[in-house]
Amino acid sequence: MQNDLWYAIPLILSVSLVYAATRHEDMNLIWRHAIRAGLWITGLMTLILAVLFVVTMYLV
Amino acid sequence: MTRPTEPQETLDLKDRIFAGMLAWLIPGAGHFYQGRHAKATIFCVCILGLFVFGMVIGDGRVVYAQWQPAKYRRWPFLCQVGCGGPSLPALVTSYRNADSFFNSEMYVVPDWRNPGQDLPSDLDKLHNSLNRRFEMGTVYTMIAGLLNILVIYDAVAGPAYGLQRRKPRDEEDKSPKKQDAEDKPKDE
Repeated sequence: MQNDLWYAIPLILSVSLVYAATRHEDMNLIWRHAIRAGLWITGLMTLILAVLFVVTMYLV
Repeated sequence: MTRPTEPQETLDLKDRIFAGMLAWLIPGAGHFYQGRHAKATIFCVCILGLFVFGMVIGDGRVVYAQWQPAKYRRWPFLCQVGCGGPSLPALVTSYRNADSFFNSEMYVVPDWRNPGQDLPSDLDKLHNSLNRRFEMGTVYTMIAGLLNILVIYDAVAGPAYGLQRRKPRDEEDKSPKKQDAEDKPKDE
């Protein structure tokens, strides 16, 4: 599928993993923190996408 | 009731400054030096992966250092240089004003001057051929550089939340509140 949103996936994975790994030393805690951070980023970006989508609908 | 104090675990960061410099030069190398191999692998794969992916989608042209003229100053390089070694060739090609890097156009500063009236410059052609991949590649390499700054900090000062360990499940279940409830004598 041709969609620029695919470019976000490696970024979300890497950012959440690296961020979590700089917070903790224990691998279990790193994985848990990374999953939480990844979900937060995805949720926030989805929310922003929805807001922008609604705004552009009214602008057209 | 006071709990017996647990012996404090410490993390041997060896020579912190050297580890920080290694971490800047090659993402993850500082942690390898400190013996923190799992984290080093995560940093190396994630950060170098982002940087290389950004370079690939940007045809190797998204990382370059340019300061003059001010209109074409390459601000993203300030973030990209956080990645250390992989971004350093850009400084070399810029300093030497080279038009090739090992027989390729990687890291070379694109010419912004128009060769003639209405003729596109090299930079125009680059944007035209790469289209949005130029910006995508720039963002990927910038984020790789910014993430490596967190990694350098981790190599120098250790993890931000200290040496917490995950509690075993049976210990988690017996949190202080639950423990108190269990200890209370029943009225019945």
